[in-house]
Amino acid sequence: MHQTFDAALEINLLHANQEGADHNREHFDRWGITCLNVMSSPGAGKTVLLERTLAALSKEFKIAVIEGDMTTELDAERLRKYDVPVIAINTGRSCHLDSKMVAGGIHQLAHQYNPSQLDLILVENVGNLVCPAEFEVGEHAKVALLSVTEGEDKPLKYPVMFQEADCLLIAKVDLAPYLEIDLERIEANVRQINPHVTIIPISAKTGEGLEAWLAWVQSQVRAKRSLALNH
Amino acid sequence: MHETDMTKALIVTVRNWWEEQPERPKISHIHLVVGQFTCVEPASLQFAFEVQTCNTFLDGAKLVIREIPLIAFCHRCQQEYRPEIGIQYACPECRSPMEDIRSGRELKIDRIEYNYLTDNSNLKSNHAPNL
Repeated sequence: MHQTFDAALEINLLHANQEGADHNREHFDRWGITCLNVMSSPGAGKTVLLERTLAALSKEFKIAVIEGDMTTELDAERLRKYDVPVIAINTGRSCHLDSKMVAGGIHQLAHQYNPSQLDLILVENVGNLVCPAEFEVGEHAKVALLSVTEGEDKPLKYPVMFQEADCLLIAKVDLAPYLEIDLERIEANVRQINPHVTIIPISAKTGEGLEAWLAWVQSQVRAKRSLALNH
Repeated sequence: MHETDMTKALIVTVRNWWEEQPERPKISHIHLVVGQFTCVEPASLQFAFEVQTCNTFLDGAKLVIREIPLIAFCHRCQQEYRPEIGIQYACPECRSPMEDIRSGRELKIDRIEYNYLTDNSNLKSNHAPNL
């Protein structure tokens, strides 16, 4: 005979990842670092966005990149040309970065550089519109890219990603004239689920929207710096 | 396939609980609550759970998943509504954006059912531990 018992756990499934993310963020805060988690589907233009960002801001800020890629270091190699520390994390078969992998990246970084000298860590997540949305890594803000070739309906189909984003870049807008795409429709679809998100149409090729994006990054870093100075 | 990672996290959490129990009970069911506005596919979780628990302390345990619908509250209309996932999230009455999610983001281990395998004369415990 056996009797059945019940134990209420009420523990979030992502509890361990969340704890790790909070821990990473505490480190960033102590060092006065802003961390941005850059996410999109594969090929939306994350790496070229980071290239443009490093080219424009690496004199003003000390920047490091944590680069998530499933198998290769190709993206990391592209970014190392900008003379900033780039930590490549091969996620293997995993389709997203989690807080533990990013913690490993921070440790690697801290071996080579004094983290309190850094202003900004850009995390380039694995290209995927699903999983990265659920796994915080310790970022202060989430940046999502949606390229115009992906279609207007993506915010409706992958709502969690677009709902979580603090800044949405509509990428490759230089291609919009060649496509049957309605940029206003994209914005409206995003606003349905995330009315307060900052939306910036951008083209890494023509430079359109880059200034607005850089200004957004600068405002994030400066806000964090002044917060760190006041503590 | 982040369900694989989530299942790993689930097993670690349950194992921690189980190792705290002095008599290491037999876990028969794990009850999960999964909101529809998450990136989790219940069928994938079930599959990953079966594969990962094979020949472990959870061998034979059932994963019971209760899905929670996406419900939002429209402040302008002062009423709840059910957004149509993938189609329309704004309020069907006034088109206000979905700002206040009341349910659908849940992703948690709700409770565990367990028992002590004993013979008739020797029932070892009759109360659930206080968690």
